[in-house]
Amino acid sequence: MESVGSIIAYIVIALSIMVFSVLAVTTRKILRSATFLLFALFATAAVYFMLGYQFLGGVQIAVYAGGIVVLFVFSILLTSHPGDNSSKLESKKKTVGLVGAVAMFVVCAWSLISRCSVIKELPDLGQTQLPDMKQIGADLMSSGDHGYLLPFEAISVLLLACIIGGIVVARKK
Amino acid sequence: MEATLPLLILVLPLLMFLFLGLFGKFMSHKWAGIIGTAGMGVTMLMAYYTAYVYFFSGDFVGEDGTRLQYIVFNQDWLALWGNLTIKLGFLLDPISALMLVVITTISFMVHLYSNGYMRDHHGVWETGFQRFYAFLSLFSFSMLGLVVATNIFQMYIFWELVGASSYLLIGFYYTKPSAVSASKKAFIVTRFADLGFLIGILVLSFTTETFDFMSLTSAPVAGVENMYHVDASTARTMLETGAGQMFLGGSLMTWALVLIFMGGMGKSAMMPLHIWLPDAMEGPTPVSALIHAATMVVAGVYLVARLFPLFMINDAMGGAALDIVTVVGALTAFYAAVVACTQLDIKRVLAFSTISQIAFMMVSLGVSRPEVHDNLGYMASMFHLFTHAMFKALLFLGAGALIHAVGSNDYTAMHGLRKRMPITHITFLVGCLAIAGIIPFSGFFSKDEILTACFGNSIIAYVWMSMVAGLTAFYMFRLYYLIFWWKEHKVHEGHHAPKDQPWTMTLPLIILAVVATFAGFVPFGDLVTWNGHPHHGGINWMIASISLCVALLAIGLATIMYRKENPLPERMRHLFPNLWTWARNRFYFDELYMFITHKIIFNSICKPIAWFDRHIIDGTMDAFAAITNKASYAIRGLQSGNVQSYVWVYLIGAIVLGGGTVAVIFLFF
Amino acid sequence: MDFLNNFQLNSLMFLIPSLFMFCCGVYGFLTRRNMIAMLISLELMLNAVDMNFVVFNRFLCPGQMDGMFFTLFAIAIAAAETAVAIAIIINAYRISKDIDVKDLTKMKF
Repeated sequence: MESVGSIIAYIVIALSIMVFSVLAVTTRKILRSATFLLFALFATAAVYFMLGYQFLGGVQIAVYAGGIVVLFVFSILLTSHPGDNSSKLESKKKTVGLVGAVAMFVVCAWSLISRCSVIKELPDLGQTQLPDMKQIGADLMSSGDHGYLLPFEAISVLLLACIIGGIVVARKK
Repeated sequence: MEATLPLLILVLPLLMFLFLGLFGKFMSHKWAGIIGTAGMGVTMLMAYYTAYVYFFSGDFVGEDGTRLQYIVFNQDWLALWGNLTIKLGFLLDPISALMLVVITTISFMVHLYSNGYMRDHHGVWETGFQRFYAFLSLFSFSMLGLVVATNIFQMYIFWELVGASSYLLIGFYYTKPSAVSASKKAFIVTRFADLGFLIGILVLSFTTETFDFMSLTSAPVAGVENMYHVDASTARTMLETGAGQMFLGGSLMTWALVLIFMGGMGKSAMMPLHIWLPDAMEGPTPVSALIHAATMVVAGVYLVARLFPLFMINDAMGGAALDIVTVVGALTAFYAAVVACTQLDIKRVLAFSTISQIAFMMVSLGVSRPEVHDNLGYMASMFHLFTHAMFKALLFLGAGALIHAVGSNDYTAMHGLRKRMPITHITFLVGCLAIAGIIPFSGFFSKDEILTACFGNSIIAYVWMSMVAGLTAFYMFRLYYLIFWWKEHKVHEGHHAPKDQPWTMTLPLIILAVVATFAGFVPFGDLVTWNGHPHHGGINWMIASISLCVALLAIGLATIMYRKENPLPERMRHLFPNLWTWARNRFYFDELYMFITHKIIFNSICKPIAWFDRHIIDGTMDAFAAITNKASYAIRGLQSGNVQSYVWVYLIGAIVLGGGTVAVIFLFF
Repeated sequence: MDFLNNFQLNSLMFLIPSLFMFCCGVYGFLTRRNMIAMLISLELMLNAVDMNFVVFNRFLCPGQMDGMFFTLFAIAIAAAETAVAIAIIINAYRISKDIDVKDLTKMKF
């Protein structure tokens, strides 16, 4: 039994995920597409908050919405002229892509539903068992069980490599 | 006996080879020569000491006066199946001790001699002088390893090594096409013979399950019999049982021995595998003296002597192996002697003489029977091997001195050199007298014993071999007179008159001449016999005087015909024109080989094989390549560079796999 | 209301929207020709996967945080990947004055 507020929140989130996803891939204006992506990402962040992962939701908004989408917008502004529509899709290609996506959806949904063991009710956890900041920080820096020090270091190197790579690739010759 | 000294005898030449081969370039010619010679000298002294201890210390004589075989060391090298292991070791027995002495002596003389020979009249060294010494050391190492082999496989390994070093030395002047083809010829012919040898080894070892000489021949063993898994009598029994199995008219044992003898035929230049030896004279003359007169070419004789007890058993059981040895030897001896009478090139004459003399040794082994003076032939063969090595090396080195002085191999360029080169003349004469069998030179004693052994076996062999001995005396003195008598050629302006060579070349000649003179007085019967029992035969004066008469007659004939320039030889030649032409052309053996290989084998076997190789095997491979090529051209359109089409393929695959998996799970679980 | 009384959040309710988002991404990736639009579709797919990690973590093993960490790292990698991809796109634009994938076929055979 959920509260009415959470039910409404769930419905709004689920609907906005689906609607904004569809809009993001169907609109012909590329800047709008990026905007709809931003909304879809916000909706995802809302899911994280709803499930109790406040930190993750914060990261989602900060990195995805605040970083990546801004990057998209900049690059769109750099590479396309304002008011430009992307060319209309051929209907054949559209149909074929739609068939592929729907087939994929059917297969995956069918496998999800037929494997009933993954369908679980939301376990009710006390406030203490939800991940808190202190725990996350300790795990990120620990090298023991459930410690993520090595990936943390690896990703730092990866990010450095990306910074350098990005500069090298994009700079003027 | 400590193992150190014998081991050093083997290791020192090998080290010299590596040292001179690797660092020879960086040292002067003179020092390379001195180091090589000194190394061989030390090896020689060690070999002398080893032989002295073996023969005279009394430690290796059994209670009944028998000389024992002694294994200095014997290391496992390769373990094959069952009891069959290949070992590397050092076997000391009368013949290997004898060979140690012969090889190191001749090798040292040649090392010393080459210091003078390998430079021209102005003292300029030959190019590759250091390489020459390195190869000489390699050869010495291989030959020493061959004679001290404890088992037939070790012998085979070193057998091939001497073949390889012979190849390298024959082709020493590798810029000369004739030297290159001669080295190839020597290698190919001996390789062909070695194929027989290898098959023989395999048959023998398969039947007896051992490679070991002691187990095979079951000679008396000095206290080390327990080292072997297979004791002597077992191996012998296995072979005798195996001998019951017949194959193409011969027992297994006969086949094994004949095949092994085939290897010996190749190395020792027995007819019809002799064709490489005359050509091998393309190498430097010291090499001819060392390898193609004194040591390597007697390896075949040594091999038969090493396995002699097996040959004897085979003969006693009715096998034909020993008779084959006799027949091949007798034919070769006669053939080579006839050819030697007509050759122009003095080295060729000596080469055919070598073939003939080795054939003497073979015949001597072949006629050796226990009932004939207790295997006198074996002893005589080894004796002749020893004396022949000395006087033939002497003759070759003398020929080398002549060639060096005159600058040609052809005796027509020499004539009348006895005053100009007195030392060479005297030593050469000693060599000729020794090989002709004139008392008291060494050849007399050994040849007398061979003839005695032949006489004891059959009168035909005796007459035949006496005839060959007469021919030997004839052609040697023909050569002697043609070189040293006749009228001298005029010395042209600006040319050097031929004269005796520097001391490095004359000293070996003098030493060898002394040895060739007195070697006959070595009490050989006490030292080397087939079973180690001392043999007291003494000289059979009846046979000795007959052979002496034959030799003197032949020398007299040669004197009449060749003492001075006269028309007699021409008249003789016109008396038997065909014989002369055939002999001059070595009875067309080379042409026969060329015909068989080029016309018959190449056309009927090699060409179809080449066609098969080119069209079927290469064709298959080419077809694979062409198919791959075509297919990749056809499917390269798939790689469009369009990422979306790749994703399409991936997506379809994922859907099919995922859907299939889910369907299977859904339907069956 | 009966419906409201019996309403219980279960994992499927999150997985299906996430799957839908993923399929939208697939559709967009297959049909769009603008490279930035393709990249946006890619981000959608990536986001759907991230969401799945979190959902499975929350519903199947609530006591642990591995799924959350995976998402965390995936976001970081996505940021890096986007940065590089956009650098490449800008470079390609500089070369061909267009960012249509159809025109970027110089690397095929």
